[in-house]
Amino acid sequence: MRRPLHGIALHVAALAFAFATALGAALALEPGEMLKDSALEARARALTKTLRCMVCQNESIDDSNAPLARDLRVLVRERVAAGDSDAQVREFLVARYGEFILLEPRFGARTLLLWGVPVLVIVLGGLGVALAIRAKRPAPAPLSEEEQRRLAAILNENKKL
Amino acid sequence: MIAELSHYALVLALALAIMQAVLPLWGAAKNDATLMGVAEPVAIANFAFVALAFAGLTALYIGSDFSVTNVFENSHSAKPLIYKITGVWGNHEGSMLLWVLVLALFSAFVAAFGGNLPARLRANALGVQGLIATAFLLFILTTSNPFLRLEPAPAEGRDLNPILQDLGLAIHPPLLYLGYVGFSISFAFAVAALLEGKIDAAWARWVRPWTLAAWVFLTLGIAMGSYWAYYELGWGGFWFWDPVENASVLPWLTGTALLHSALVVEKRDALKIWTVLLAILAFSLSLLGTFLVRSGVLTSVHAFATDPTRGVFILAILAFFIGGSLALFAWRAPELKPGGIFAPVSREGALILNNLLLTAAAATVLTGTLYPLALEALTGEKISVGAPFFNRTVGPLMLLLLVLMPAGPLLAWKRGDALGAAQRLVLAGGIALAAVILLYITAGGSLMAAISLFVAVFAIAGAITEFAERIQLFRVSAGELFSRAIGLPRAAYGSIFAHAGIGLALLGIVAESNWSTERIVALKPGDQVSIASFNLGYTGIGRREGPNWIEDVGRFEVRRGGTLVAVAEPAKRVYVARGMPTTEASIHTFGLGQLYVTINDPEQGGGVSARIYWKPLVLLIWLGPVLMAVGGVLSLSDRRLRIGAPRRAARAAVAPAE
Repeated sequence: MRRPLHGIALHVAALAFAFATALGAALALEPGEMLKDSALEARARALTKTLRCMVCQNESIDDSNAPLARDLRVLVRERVAAGDSDAQVREFLVARYGEFILLEPRFGARTLLLWGVPVLVIVLGGLGVALAIRAKRPAPAPLSEEEQRRLAAILNENKKL
Repeated sequence: MIAELSHYALVLALALAIMQAVLPLWGAAKNDATLMGVAEPVAIANFAFVALAFAGLTALYIGSDFSVTNVFENSHSAKPLIYKITGVWGNHEGSMLLWVLVLALFSAFVAAFGGNLPARLRANALGVQGLIATAFLLFILTTSNPFLRLEPAPAEGRDLNPILQDLGLAIHPPLLYLGYVGFSISFAFAVAALLEGKIDAAWARWVRPWTLAAWVFLTLGIAMGSYWAYYELGWGGFWFWDPVENASVLPWLTGTALLHSALVVEKRDALKIWTVLLAILAFSLSLLGTFLVRSGVLTSVHAFATDPTRGVFILAILAFFIGGSLALFAWRAPELKPGGIFAPVSREGALILNNLLLTAAAATVLTGTLYPLALEALTGEKISVGAPFFNRTVGPLMLLLLVLMPAGPLLAWKRGDALGAAQRLVLAGGIALAAVILLYITAGGSLMAAISLFVAVFAIAGAITEFAERIQLFRVSAGELFSRAIGLPRAAYGSIFAHAGIGLALLGIVAESNWSTERIVALKPGDQVSIASFNLGYTGIGRREGPNWIEDVGRFEVRRGGTLVAVAEPAKRVYVARGMPTTEASIHTFGLGQLYVTINDPEQGGGVSARIYWKPLVLLIWLGPVLMAVGGVLSLSDRRLRIGAPRRAARAAVAPAE
């Protein structure tokens, strides 16, 4: 079923290829972008993994090929190299681009429910289970007179031994 | 002609689906055997007509009939045959047709092999299946018809999205749909049970094999999708917490919970109401997943559909089935009698804890996926909920689940001995601790890495402990050990394999995220890079041509201790028809680890920047789920379940005409 490309098709292909190459459909992080200091680079890298490429779909700027992601990677490294702490870099980016840039939303009034769900389910679910188990366990019925007598008889027998 | 005939077959399938929905349910309500008896032949005929339509669409793709809009938009004459076939479901319309095909297939199975089910239960279940089929066939015919013609017919098609031109497309969606749609059977049985107001151990025995089968497919489908993303997307990640991935994980979490709770219903006649609810939820979340993906409400790579009318239609389907079944649940569940009593520390208690943690994980994933949508709709505020959030919330829940997992099978039903179980797990705990100490010294890592490693090794050692306990290792003679191992029910092996499998998967994840090494380097021909124990020599770049693409391919000679062990050929590829570039990673497996190489676009003079990873034990991430699926299949083949449901299948296969 394999057909070679020929004629116009090949021409178009070559054009498309050149175009895509010129656009620089690059691999996310480039060697040239990386910081010389490996400790700083590691910090910058970890940071960029938690920042969203805002023109992409659920990609961090570390993973993304988009030009905007590249600009942000460079920006983050500039700030890190200038001595900003992780929190300062995040603050700076949020001030500029909004909360949307953080892949991990900050704990706050707006995200209370989001962060609270796992705890809420465990606590409420656990409570429900505890109540259900307790409700199901019937209290032992008091012994009848006949049973009382038999019990006393058995106890007496044991005493004799 | 093929398009018109297939279209007609689909319309007939709709008519049959309506019959399948109305008559058996009516019959069951009236206790009319004749009406109920309609269900089986109609379900089988419905499957035949949907299959006919699907075969027709496949024929159109193979013949490259570009007068059909769907084929024109998603195929190309130069595309290899395999991708012409898989392209059938590599688009919205075709994938919906596959969805309905799988649904009809399951219905036909229940009709053909469900002979030992009580007549009313079977009629009600098939009726509910018919309702689902009706809704989705209506959806396809009115909003997503794959058989519409184009006038005039174009000479060439637009080709399939290059990312989808991969063997992964042949396997991943069908497996995933078998899983998603398989839960429709548990759903149908749950609704049928609610309609009858009766649920007992026998019911659980009928439901479990179907749920188990769906779970096996879903497990494999998710693992396959993960591996596909890993090698295709080119940055070595295996899980992205993408909304679409989350949509597949939701039914998996609830389905896993359902498997465990159905066990309690079967053995102890308890937890019935909760199990029915889980059966409803598992399929509801499958439907929700279909909605999220198909409506394009969450834009992500997988969302091919962007037409809002479709979204509204699926939303209506969602509201009808989820709302309807939950209303029925609220109305009828109180009539189900609660069953056996048990102490908190018992097998039942352990399974409830399992359910609680799985439900919490599912609730977290669901909330995380929908929260940004809801917040934006309510306040206009845009936030992102991405991988770091899910790792921080779902991660600990799963770790807790896995560290408690080995204790469950060691506890007795009704009243367990917590201390005894703990004593039996001392050895497993010791092994896990030793592994942590050993690897911490040699490889290092964060505290989280140490905890996760402990849990992973403990889960695996715990599964082995379960096996040792069951055959009474160290307590009986070698000969008796053997006969005990043979005599162990397959379901026991199933649980041991599945529990070891999830431990292995976690081990792979821990290794991948903590001990992977990465090099990002700019290279000129003749340059060398070392990574882990490998040395890669970059020799240069060349151009290669495929049936519908061209690529720049780099060549790396991989040496280990001086000997050539592999030649890595990562490439940047462009698909001709769409002019779309893709990254083709080169992956070589050494033991359970993989050497993963990708390149960037080449520069003048043959220079290139490359990304090279060594990922130790990474294969465990996918081999773990495979082992889990093997466990599922073993459990499915257990005598107990065969007696429960599909036993007649074997006989029917030998003598079909009676």
